[in-house]
Formats: sequence, C-alpha cells, structure tokens
Amino acid sequence: MSQSFRLDNVGMVNRNKKISFTFNGKKYFGYEGDTIASALIANGVHLVGRSFKYHRPRGFFGVGVDEPYAILQLERNNERDPNIRATEQEIFEGLEVKSVNCWPSVNFDIGAINNFLKMFFPAGFYYKTFMWPPSFWYKIYEPFIRMAAGFGEASIKHDKERYEHKYEYCDLLITGSGPSGLASAYAAAKNGARVILAEDKPRYGGSLLTSDVNIGNQTGVEWSEKIITELKSMSNVIVKNRSQVFGYYDHNMLVMSERIGDHLPKTQKYLPKQRLWYIRAKEVLISSGSIERPLVFGNNDTPGVMLSSAAKEYMKVYGVLVGKKPLIFTNNDSGYETAIEFKKNGVNPLILDTRKEPSSDIISEAKNLGIEIKFSHVVVAAKGYKKVKSADIAKISDNKKDLSNIENIECDCICVSGFWTPSIHLASQSGNKSEFNEKIDAFIPKKSKQNENTIGSANGKFTLEETINEAFDKGYEVSNKITENNNKVSLPTVVEKKSTEHDKFWCVPLPKGKSYKRFLDFQNDVAVTDIELALREGFRSIEHVKRYTTLGMATDQGKTSNLNGLQLVSDIENKVVPQVGHTTFRPPYTPVSIGAIVGREVGKHSKPTRKSPMHQWHEKNNAVFVDAGVWLRPRYYKQGNETLFEASKREAKNVRKNVGVCDVTTLGKIDVKGPDAAEFLNRVYTNAWLKLPVGKARYGVMLREDGIVMDDGTTTRISENHYHMTTTTAQAANVLSHLEYYLQLVWPELNVNVVSTTEQWAGAAIAGPNSRALLMKLFPNTDVSNEGLPFMGYKEADLFGIPTKIYRISFSGELAYEVNVESDLGNFMWEKIIEVGKEFQIQPYGTEALSTLRIEMGHVAGSELDGRTIPHDASLEGLVSKKKDFIGKRSLSRSAFTKPDREKIVGVVPLDKTTSIPEGSYIVKDPNAKLPNPKLGHVSASCWSVEYDNPFSLAIIKDGKKMIGQKLFAMSPLKNKTIPVEIVSSHYVDPEGKRVRA
Amino acid sequence: MLYIFCPHCGSRSQNEFAYGGDATVKRPELNKEISDHEWDKFVYLRKSPRGKHLELWHHISGCRQWIKVERDTSTHEIFKTYKATELIE
Ligand SMILES: [Zn+2]
Repeated sequence: MSQSFRLDNVGMVNRNKKISFTFNGKKYFGYEGDTIASALIANGVHLVGRSFKYHRPRGFFGVGVDEPYAILQLERNNERDPNIRATEQEIFEGLEVKSVNCWPSVNFDIGAINNFLKMFFPAGFYYKTFMWPPSFWYKIYEPFIRMAAGFGEASIKHDKERYEHKYEYCDLLITGSGPSGLASAYAAAKNGARVILAEDKPRYGGSLLTSDVNIGNQTGVEWSEKIITELKSMSNVIVKNRSQVFGYYDHNMLVMSERIGDHLPKTQKYLPKQRLWYIRAKEVLISSGSIERPLVFGNNDTPGVMLSSAAKEYMKVYGVLVGKKPLIFTNNDSGYETAIEFKKNGVNPLILDTRKEPSSDIISEAKNLGIEIKFSHVVVAAKGYKKVKSADIAKISDNKKDLSNIENIECDCICVSGFWTPSIHLASQSGNKSEFNEKIDAFIPKKSKQNENTIGSANGKFTLEETINEAFDKGYEVSNKITENNNKVSLPTVVEKKSTEHDKFWCVPLPKGKSYKRFLDFQNDVAVTDIELALREGFRSIEHVKRYTTLGMATDQGKTSNLNGLQLVSDIENKVVPQVGHTTFRPPYTPVSIGAIVGREVGKHSKPTRKSPMHQWHEKNNAVFVDAGVWLRPRYYKQGNETLFEASKREAKNVRKNVGVCDVTTLGKIDVKGPDAAEFLNRVYTNAWLKLPVGKARYGVMLREDGIVMDDGTTTRISENHYHMTTTTAQAANVLSHLEYYLQLVWPELNVNVVSTTEQWAGAAIAGPNSRALLMKLFPNTDVSNEGLPFMGYKEADLFGIPTKIYRISFSGELAYEVNVESDLGNFMWEKIIEVGKEFQIQPYGTEALSTLRIEMGHVAGSELDGRTIPHDASLEGLVSKKKDFIGKRSLSRSAFTKPDREKIVGVVPLDKTTSIPEGSYIVKDPNAKLPNPKLGHVSASCWSVEYDNPFSLAIIKDGKKMIGQKLFAMSPLKNKTIPVEIVSSHYVDPEGKRVRA
Repeated sequence: MLYIFCPHCGSRSQNEFAYGGDATVKRPELNKEISDHEWDKFVYLRKSPRGKHLELWHHISGCRQWIKVERDTSTHEIFKTYKATELIE
C-alpha cells in the first residue's frame, strides 16, 4: 500500500531511508524515525486492535506514553514482546507486529459480540457475572476470560537479549526535555551541577517540536537543538533519550529505563537491549509536561477520534495526516493550533468550539486563514464502526444543557482537545500531595515531599514565557544550593501567541432518545453510565469507584481518563473535584519489561558460585556436584556406570573399612581472638569453655535467644587468646552476624574480635581405620599417635614443607582428622593425600557418603537442627550447662520445652530391612486411623546403612526415648507409601563412640 | 531504596545493610533471675510504631558494624544514625 497520507517535505523522519515492516502479516513501508503508529497512519491504517471488554474497534488516540488503544505485540528474532505501544515503538527493517485482543482477526472479531451483550458487562461485572455456580469458575468463566482478556501473549522461551543495571549519582535529575527541562538543565549545568537529563522520546524538545514559538530569535526546534548540543558537550551532563524515569522511590532514588536496542533490528554488539538506571539524585526537577484531555461524547472511542495535539505531532514530526477531512472539537485554544497546521498543509478543517465568543491571537489567525469555525458547537456522536465516517454535531445552549440544530456532517477524523492535565505522577510517587487548580481544572503538586520540584506544564504553567522563566530560575536555584556557584545565564526573549481561557465544559449531554456510549477510560471500556451505576450502587470513595469500575486501572494508568472520571463523579455528587480527591499514582509510570527489572541476574548469574580450591581435581575425577548454599560440593565420584546409590555406598563403605578423604573447605570458619575470647565462647555456647586447654578442640552447640538450636561445630583453642571456630556450611554467615551482634551491642565490654576465615583455609577430612597410618606418612616429623594427638586434639605440622593444622575431630564416627592448609595450597594438599593414601586404599567421598556416615552414627545436622529443635530434641542435652548462663538458656525452662513427652531423636529401621523410608515421612501408630491421623513425628534423614546393609533413618518423634523398641509405621502420603518400622536408638553404629577414640 | 548514613563509612544504599529490628530492646543481664513474663517480653514482644523508631541495621556488605538508625516508619525519613555504643539522648 502506498503512503497516501504522507505529506511531502514535512516532518523529521529520514526520507532517505525507507523501511519495511509487517502488521498482522501485511507488509507496509515507512521511514526511519517513524513509529508504528505514524507509519500505519501514513498508510491509511486506523484499525489496530479491539477494546478490552466490548472488543470495539480501536485505532490511535495519542502519540506517546498516554496511548490507551494501540497496544500491539511485537515479534522479533523469534521473540515476543507483548504490551508494546504503537505510538512509542519505532519501526525497523523486518519488524513484525500484530494486534491483540482480537480473534480471529482485527477486522472480524468474535468477541465484538460483547458489544451487543453489554448488559452483561456493567460496572463491577467481574464481581457480579462470574460468581455462581462456583463450579462454573474453573470450567467456563476462567477459560473464557483468559481467552478474551490480556494485552498479548508473553513468550515462554528464554530471552536471549541482554539487560543491564546501572547505578548513578548526580546533583540534579531532570525528567523530560521539553522547554522547562532544557532551560533548567542548561541553567544548572552552566552553574557547575552534575546533571542527568532524561527524555522518553527519541527526539529532544517536547512541545517545542510542534509549537509555533520563538526563543532568543530562533524557532523552538532550533533553540532546543542548540541547547541539547551544548549540554551534550559538557562533561558534567548526561543526556539520555529513549529513557523513561518511571519510578520515584525513597530518599530521592529514581529508576529510569533506557531503551537502547528496542528500535534496532538487532541489538548492537557490546550493548544491552535495555538498561535500568538506579539514580540517586540530590535534587530532582520534574519536567514531565502535560497530557491533553479528551472531550466526552457519543462513540468517542471510534477509530479516527484522537487528541488534537497528537494530530498536530503526526503532521509536524512525522509528516503524516491523520485525516483529510478533519473535524476539530475543542474547548480551548489548543485545537486551533492543530487546525492551522492542517490548513498550512492544504487540508480544510472545521473547528467546533464549545465556547460562545472567545477571542485571542490564535483564534484571529485561524479566522484570517479562512478556517471555518462554529462557536457554541459540539460533537454529539461519532458515526462509523471501524473508522469515523461522519459526526452528528449540534449547537449547545449557553447553560450547556440543551442541544439544537443537530446535523450530520462528513469527516474522517475528529481531533479533540479538552485542555491539559499536568503529569504529576512522579511528584505523587515521591509522596507529594496535590492540589486542585481551578484555573486549569486539574491537579498540580502541592508541597515537595523529597528534594524535588515540579516545573513547566507539569506544574500547571501553560505559557512558554512562564515556563522558561521558572525553569531558568529553578535550575539556577537548585544548582546554587549544591555547587554554591553563582553563574547565572541570561534569559532569552520568548515570543508566543497569546491564548485565552478554556471552557470548563467537557462532557456532551445525550440528545433525547439516544443512548450512545460515552467513554471515559478507553482502554478498560469504562463509560459514563458505568460511573453513574457505581454511584447509584452506593460507591462513594474515588478509590472504590476506581476499583469497581476499573477506571484508570489499565496499563495506561488512566493518563487520559482519570480527570474526566473525577469530574463526572463530582458533577453527579454535586461536589467540587478537590473534595472527591484523586487516586494515588504508583510506579511504574509506564510499563517496564521484566527483562530490564531482572537485569543480568539470570541463570548462573542469579547468585555467585563458590568453589573450593580442589574443585578442578574433583571435576577431573568425575565428581557429580550438588549445590550446598552457593557452594558447589562433590556429591559423589562416579566410577563407570555407577548410580548415586551405588557410588555413595562404595565411598561410605571404604571409609568404614579403609580410609576416605572429603573436601570440607565449605565449612564456615571464624577466628575468635582477644583476652575475653574464652568468656565470650562460654556465653555463646551451651557448654563450658573456660577450661579448654590450648591445643584442644571442643564440640559446641549455640542457641538463639528463643532456645532453638542455631548451629553446631567444633572450636579449637589455637593459643591463649586465639580460637578457631567452625560452623556448618549453611549457617556460616548468620553465625558471624550473631557473634558481631553480641560483641558490638550486648557485651561491648568484652575485648574480642571475630573475623570470617572460611576462604583462608582449604580443608580435607581424612576418615577411617587407616587414617592414622596415612597421617604418619604425611607428617613423618609429627607425633600423631593416640597419645601424641588424642581425640579432640590439635597440632600444627608440616606437610612436605607446607604449614598445616591438624584437628582430630570426626563427623563420620570413625577415627578421623581434619587437615587445613592455606587455600592456595589446597590442591597440593589434596593431591598429596590421594597420592600417599593409595597404599591405604584411600578413596575420595562426597556429601552423599558423608550423610550416610553421619546418619548411621546418629550425628545431627541441618535436617535435625531445622529451626524447630532445642538441644534436648536432638539428644544434645548433655552439652547444656546447668551452672552457667548462656544465650537462650532462660528459654529452655519454658513449659513447652520441658514437657515430659517432648520430641526426641530416634533411629528408624524398616521391618523388612529393604524398603527405604522417604525423608519427610510421618511416624504414626495406626496407618488406618481416621484422618487426620495423629502423627508422632517425622523422618528427618534417611540412608542405606553400610554397616548393617539395610535402610536406616533418623526421626524426631514425641516421647522418643520411650518409643524405642516399638513397632510403628512410616507413612509418606506424597510417595503413597506405608512402611512398618521399628524404633531404635539413633546411635545405630558404635554407640559407645570407641572408634573415634581408637 | 533507603540511603543510610553509616557513621563508619558514610552514606550507602540500603542493599548493603541488613535490618536488625528494634534497637531499644535491652537484653536481661546474664545470671539474673527474671520472670517468664519478662523473658517473653524480651524474646518475643516488639512494638511496631508508626513514626519515629530507633532500629538496628547491620552494615553487612560494608564495615560489618551494627548501627542504630532513627527512622520514621511511615515516611522513611532518617533523622540520625548512631554507632552501636553511642549514647542516645
Ligand atoms: Zn559501615
């Protein structure tokens, strides 16, 4: 199709670069710099979608972020992007877009039947229609609503595009590059402030791009180009286009989304598609401008009805005519600018002005150009289904109640102007209350809440002179506050046409006998009748009316609808608008892609990965890894076709029979130093620490103040005032914070310092009956005999010349040692252990075998110390001192913790000695008892005992000690299993603990 | 996101800190006999005021010091921040 609505030599698009794209599968041409909207209008296309509720035909209403209609779905390199505004998305070669909300096609849409069934879709229809019977919800209502609703379909494929986050600090952030944004940025930058100027559109200048004004003897466009060029050259200024500041958060942090690659066929190398800026600004100037208000009349949602300012921008920026027989319907002077622009381009408009006898510079100019104007006239209703074909117009009485002389006139577009609404969204997000300004019939920000000021038309200043003067002053004032410089730039002279007051009339009454739909919210299909109904049904608060009718709740957040809705409520209620108040604006101002919010934190970048110094050795030796918090730990070392079960059994057996080595680098390690270290540990742990000699380790349990076990581990006295504490892998960070809390806040008088040394040490646990023989070969110069290095002993030694720390501690229940060297030497240590251990049949073992070994020994770990257990529950009461006080001790005497039938850890063995018990199973007396079956407790950990070659589990059950010997049942409703079991001691292997002391 | 002044490091974004609750709670002294009620009050009962609140923040990704922050819980205004042991009038 040819671009039959394109003007010659008008506008700012690049005529030298023709671009093809497809819309609903059909190919169209436009120029570089066009949006989808401008290119489609140039091709005479006005039907682009269907409305949300009634599926009425939808065209274009605006030219930017306020667009309520033209929401499309973009397809790009096999990716889908829903909720794209056609008025914002620039075209690029090969762009594919399609309509949403219509099926099977935009021209013939089945859902449009809703339009004729509208008695079923009154205000609050969600709450009324789909309620009964309840069973209909899943089968009928929900699938129906899902098929009919929504603005497009998100892709379920992985998004291959890159999104970035950026943090920036500045003196002054300015949101919008219209006249007030440019002037204030210029004044502040010249005064030495570090400025960020953000513009949502590709082109800078805002209203200057389309207004017929003169600043400092230049046109608005020339002046804005000059200012932008100069700002860009300054090192203290960041200027960004295609960048929307969408959120104003606490402590002057604003978030901006920069669309870097959205307008390009392919994202540039080294550049992300979008970038999210977190900007902490000392001061903010909100120069977000204003949005034209619609006028309300019959069928005012028909394609071809649009904002008059949009029609003007399509002509001046894109060189596109929105129609060739335009009707301008206005209650103020702005409509005249559009009419004059049409006339200049050889098109004859007709102006309908609701006012009786206005006069101003611009009205005179229109008259002089020979434009036909009908005063005291209104559009009663637009005619035409998929596009405006004509309009019923009428004369309106002075009291604006009665219509007369209704006639039908031909037209192909209706450009409406109901005056201007300041965009106060960011100010409102900042916490600013707003006040109603009678002069402009709109809200403006009242008093700054944070370090922010609103300027220009966003602040209700609608003449250029006012705007520019205010902006220069504010830019200077704010920058002076920060930089204390006094460089003032001189004000340029401003020439503009004077305009006169607007008419407070905005909603055309219905002629007798007619029931045209008059829409307020174009995206959510909220009509005048819906608001009237809501009020009749008793809704009063504007917040309730909003939610009941969905007015202003669409993706455009009511940018064009809110104020007219308020006006209507206040008219019906006979209140003034300020009494009605307006709803709160919340971020984001415009929709933000999920990709931008997530940024780079996807996949393996969503959290850091920690690896031990021996990681490469594990990889080379077929380790299968498991996530342990952010650490990667070998779960087992696969030999041949072994399964996890087979491999872990082999590894555990080898520990019991010969010797094994396990990477324990991930254990948390904390250095505790200072003259009061012993006293501190004595308060932190439940057991006694004052008498631990140098060179000895002790197992300790620490509680939270509520008596629940927080963590366990061994701590070794390295020297008089130096202890080496170990924590579980999972709790390492929490334990450090816990210790710091008590040292800094509760007992600051204790002279102790703590620091994490987890990453400083590489650790290997050597466990099994052959471990001492291996140690003797590894450390020939050190006495590691049972007398030289007894159980819970500590020694420093050298391993082939490297300083090493040996702790004789055991988690596996075997004779065992933990050997630590500096991290950098971890791999050397590991390889030496493996090499020297060969003759003792050493094998590495992973976390699965480690679990098996500890479970059958009855040693507790995270699955028992799960944030619900006290020491008694885990059979650790022997470690609880009766003599001294410690963190959490007072809680242990709470009645719930001292009940005689309190839970206790036990062992569980299946009667058939073959069926493994799923972890998480319930222990019950009678599997057939009436539901809910009273449960005695749960299975916390399961393994295959390598000692006895049968399944073994740990469980925490009520009155556990008395249950030993009883035959009960383990039930797993999830796995649909009921297993007869016997309760045994949790110490299944070596209950006397002879091996560790051997 | 709050901008918190750490008395040791300067102003830093909230994401460097961990919240630590009411800073006016005082742990009962060690080895002191106290009633169940008093202990429960210390462990569990916290006020949730609207307005000024003295609270603990841990500069966990910074200097690792616990600090006290006087903040308005409804406006998020931060009036003053203190070192852990600083005297507060
Ligand atoms: Zn700090």
